[in-house]
This record gives sequence, structure tokens and C-alpha cells, in this order.
Amino acid sequence: MSLRNIGVVYRKELVDSLRDRRTIISTFVIPILLFPLLSVGFALLIPTLINKAKEEIPRVMIVGGENSPLIVEALKKDHKIEVVPATPDFETQITDRKIRAAVVLPGDFDVAANRGEAGKVLVDYYEGDIKSELAQKTVKDMLNDYRVDLAKSLLTAKGVPTGLLQPFDVDKNNVAPPEKVSGSGFGGMIPYFVIILAFTGAMYPAMDLTAGEKERGTMETILTSPVSRTDLVLGKFFLVVTASLATAILALSSMGISFLLAKHTIDQQISKSDPGFHFALDPRGVLAVFVMIVPLSVLFSATMLAVSLFAKSFREAQTYISPMTFVVILPAIIALLPGVELNTRTALVPILSTTLVGKELMAGNHPWGFIALIFASSCVYASIAIGAAVTLFNRESVLFRS
Amino acid sequence: MIEVLKLSKVFPASKKSKEVRAVNAISFHCQPGEIYGLLGANGAGKTTTLRMLATILEPTSGTAKVAGYDVVEEPEKVRANVGFLSTATALYGRLTARELVEYFGRLHGMDGDALHKSVDTLFTALDMNSFRDRRCEKLSTGMKQKVSIARTLVHDPQVMVFDEPTVGLDVMAARAIARFIGDCRERGKTVIFSTHVMSEATKLCDRIGIIHGGNILEEGTLEALRTRHGKEDLEDIFVEVVGEES
Repeated sequence: MSLRNIGVVYRKELVDSLRDRRTIISTFVIPILLFPLLSVGFALLIPTLINKAKEEIPRVMIVGGENSPLIVEALKKDHKIEVVPATPDFETQITDRKIRAAVVLPGDFDVAANRGEAGKVLVDYYEGDIKSELAQKTVKDMLNDYRVDLAKSLLTAKGVPTGLLQPFDVDKNNVAPPEKVSGSGFGGMIPYFVIILAFTGAMYPAMDLTAGEKERGTMETILTSPVSRTDLVLGKFFLVVTASLATAILALSSMGISFLLAKHTIDQQISKSDPGFHFALDPRGVLAVFVMIVPLSVLFSATMLAVSLFAKSFREAQTYISPMTFVVILPAIIALLPGVELNTRTALVPILSTTLVGKELMAGNHPWGFIALIFASSCVYASIAIGAAVTLFNRESVLFRS
Repeated sequence: MIEVLKLSKVFPASKKSKEVRAVNAISFHCQPGEIYGLLGANGAGKTTTLRMLATILEPTSGTAKVAGYDVVEEPEKVRANVGFLSTATALYGRLTARELVEYFGRLHGMDGDALHKSVDTLFTALDMNSFRDRRCEKLSTGMKQKVSIARTLVHDPQVMVFDEPTVGLDVMAARAIARFIGDCRERGKTVIFSTHVMSEATKLCDRIGIIHGGNILEEGTLEALRTRHGKEDLEDIFVEVVGEES
């Protein structure tokens, strides 16, 4: 092994790749433009959609309110809902989204309620339709208020102090710093993004530098040089790692910058829809995630090099590599499921472990024991993959597969 | 200097094919200043033989000494002393002619002034200065051929190996290659080349080996072959040696 030769190969592959339009697109254009657009776009779009749904005044039917004008009046009073005349097909109308919800009152509600015997009021809605759910919530809140008011006036009439209705109050108080709150929410997504990007960034160069070279006939040319095959494959490997990390770094920075630029709008939007949410990220957390990604990026690069080395053509390499995308996405998604936690078993599963520890790091926690274990295990997997790539590159049956 | 000793190559059986004995214990030698021609049909074992001499493939048994080094024991030293050219050895399209030749110079351990000087000399000798900074993908076939030649010569190898170097070239480009092969002999290099074109072999080779089914069936100077077979035309001799049906 000669560092000089690895360097010569690496520099050539770097120049070669930087002149390749497809590398430029996969390493620079997509991470810089696409991911921020997607992530910032979603961050802006979702609160906007929720707010828009909230702004709508839902059409609600009151069924069975003919002889109970008091409750009907109370529901109409605030103009939070638009009460439409009742028809017998109200359920179908909800399903068809002609109305958002319906209040089904038991018979003679006003009279029965004054005696405390009115029984149950039903609010019909359509689960899963956000506008119907919001309408149901509004109506339920109004009915609750009406119930409390009614109870208060009934108690007052009987000379009982109304404070007895609520002998004590309950309130909640958040002690987690803002970056931890967003760390477990949006921040938890960042390691996942970086992992996917580290994978996609390595994908194209890994195929191009191996199967692509075989296809173009330059593989045989390069094999006639006195440089050892180990040096050749290592030079190529370092280029693939560079592309993988560059893609991830670029995407992260570009996402970070777009978020900073959009921060004001996002904060406003989000706090309007959820007052407990503040957008904040710990830059040290992001950095720590990045360090954890390096061995994973090495693992991706070496594995894809080894796999695509086996292929005779770029297309064949694609059919091998494309299914690997699912292998990468799956553990990352499992890590996002609630209840999947970092323990000695999950810490040994590549990709899954990095996503999990990334989530912790973004939340400002530093489980050092796990960090060491995950970093070490990822390094072991990565070295195995490099070993496999080097071994395959030294086998003529792989290089000249026909 | 090339000395081939009972060189064999067997490709192991795979799902799709049976075991293939591509080269079967062949022996021959070639001196400095001599051109040895391997004449054979497609699939005769020419490419496999030359790839073993260039250490791209490893022999199954037997060995060869190229420029004094054993292809099995010291493949990297062999490659350092061999220039290998074939129609399969393509160029990196996104590098310029100059970058490509310099890259191979560096792979051969050259650097700095020595490299620049060697590349400048080659580019002038091969009349390539007009397209030195153009990318290889933008070059004409003839220009590409020159870049390939410069690539094989940049480290001034003692031994030149050409595997069907004229396949797919037009008359002018093929003539240029033939002239270049002749030049190599003038400069005292050991030259081996494979072909299935009889006229090329007739014109260039000092000695000819007729290879068929992995065996060298006949060998000698063109004159020796003509006397032995009582025929003037190399093609007739070739057909007599390998048999009509194949």
C-alpha cells in the first residue's frame, strides 16, 4: 500500500468526478436545492394548512333541537360555527363533507337539562378529516362551557357556592429547554436525513468508479499500471466517502441556512398552531451527529463499491444498489417509531443505532457509553466492508466477470 | 525480453459455462528489437495470453518472465516495464489528453520535471500538441489512438504488448499504429502483438506463432513457415495449420 499512489488515484478521480454533470447533480444540486425546499416547504406548509383549517367556520347541524331553543341559541351565539337547518340525512352529509359535524340532542333537552337528567349529547364527526375533527372540538368546547354555565346557574339558584364545581385547578409547566423539545420532534429527523443523504451521495460515484469503468473499458487500462489494486480501490473508496460526506454536509448546511432565514416565519406559524413549540437547534448536537455519521458513510461507500464492483455495467450495478435504499431507509424509519430506544442490542444494529443516538444527541443528551459502543461497532462494520471491497478488487474473476 | 514457460489459463466452470482452458501450456520467447506476432482467430487465446503477460490476469499454471521479472512473483515490477495497448483499453473521457498521459506517468511513479519533460517530448514526437488540452471524449478516433500510444510510452517501457491494436480503426489510423509498432522495434524494444489480420502479420512480424484453441500449433519466421508449408500466402498457411472447418 502506498499513500502517494492512493493520493494520485484520489486526485484523478476527484477531477474526473467534478467534471461529471451527474456527480454535480447528485452531490451538489440535489442536496443544496431539493432538501431545503422539501423540509422548509413542509415546515411552512403544515402550520399554514392547519391554520387555514382553523379559520374556516364549520357548518354544523343541530338535530333534535326543535323544542330546546336555549341550547340552540347558546351554540349560535358566538358565531364559531354556522348552524344549518337539520335534515334526517345528517350523517351522509358529514361523510360527503357538506357539513363538518352534527349535534344530536336528546328529546326535550332544555327541560331535562334543568333537572339534571338530559343524558347524553352526541357530536357526530368524521375521524381523520382535520376540518371535521376541528369542528367536533369546537362544538364540544362550546357544549362544555354551556354545561358549566348551566351548572353554575342551577347551583346559584339553590344557594350553593359555585366554587364547589371546581375545588382545585390543574396546570402544566414545561421544564425542558426549547432545543430539547424541538430536538425530540423535528431535530430527531435530522440524523435520519443525514443518513439517507450520506447514502445517496455515495451511490452514484460508487457505481460510476467501478461498474461504470468496466463498461467504458477504462478498467483494463488502469489495471495495466503498476499501482497495486489495493491502492486503486482505496483511492476510489476515499473519493466515494468524500462525495458521501460532501452531500450530507451540503444538505445540512443548506437546510440550516434556509431554516435560519425562514426561522421567523416558522416560529410565528408554529407558535400560532402550537404555543408550546419553539424552534431551536443545538449546533453542537448537529456536529456530534455528523461525527457519528462518518463511520456509517464509510460503511455505505465500501459496501456499495464492493457490490457495484461485481456488476458488469452501470445498469446492472443500479439493479443491485437500488434495493439497498430500502435497507437503509427501513432501520432509520424504525428508529423514528415511538418506543424504540437505545439499548445494548439496538446499539449494535448499524444505521438504526446511529439514528437513535442521533436523536439523543439532538435532544442534548450524551449517553457516552452508547456513543462509544456505536462508534466502535460502526467502525468494525465499516472495516469489514472495506476489506470486502479490497478483496473483491483483487479477484480477477470479479474484475473480468463475463 | 519475454520468456513464456508452459503458460496456462483455465477459467473455472460457472453456472452459465463449463470450464474453459483458454491457454494450454504454451511456451515462446521474444528478444529485444524483435516483433513476435500471435496469429489466431477469435477465441484462440490471444487476449488471455497477452493479459497474463501484462499481469492483468494471473496464470493458472506455468509462468513468464517479462523484462526480467516473473509475472507471478513480481507483477507490479512487470507492469512498470510494460506498455499495454488494446482496443479494449479506453481513455478517461473527462480528462484532457495531457492530464491522462500525466496521470499514467504518475501511476508509474514519475513526478515533477521528469514527468513534464517526458510528456512534452511524447506530445511533440506524436504531433499531439494541437489537442493536448482537449478532453479525450471530444477527440477523433485517430487522436484517441495517439493518446493511447502516449499513455503506453510515458514510462519508456522495455516491453510493448499490443492486443489487436488495429481492430475497428480506419486505414489511416491502422497504418499509424503499424508504423508505431515498427518504431518500437527500431528503438530496441521487445514487442509482442496479436492479430487476426494476415497482412499486418506479414508486414510487421519477425516471428509468428499461430495460436488455436489455446495451443501454439506452429511457430517461426515468415520465411521458415513458407518453406515448411510450401505456400507463399500466410492465410493459406494459417488455414493449413488450424484446419479448414474452424
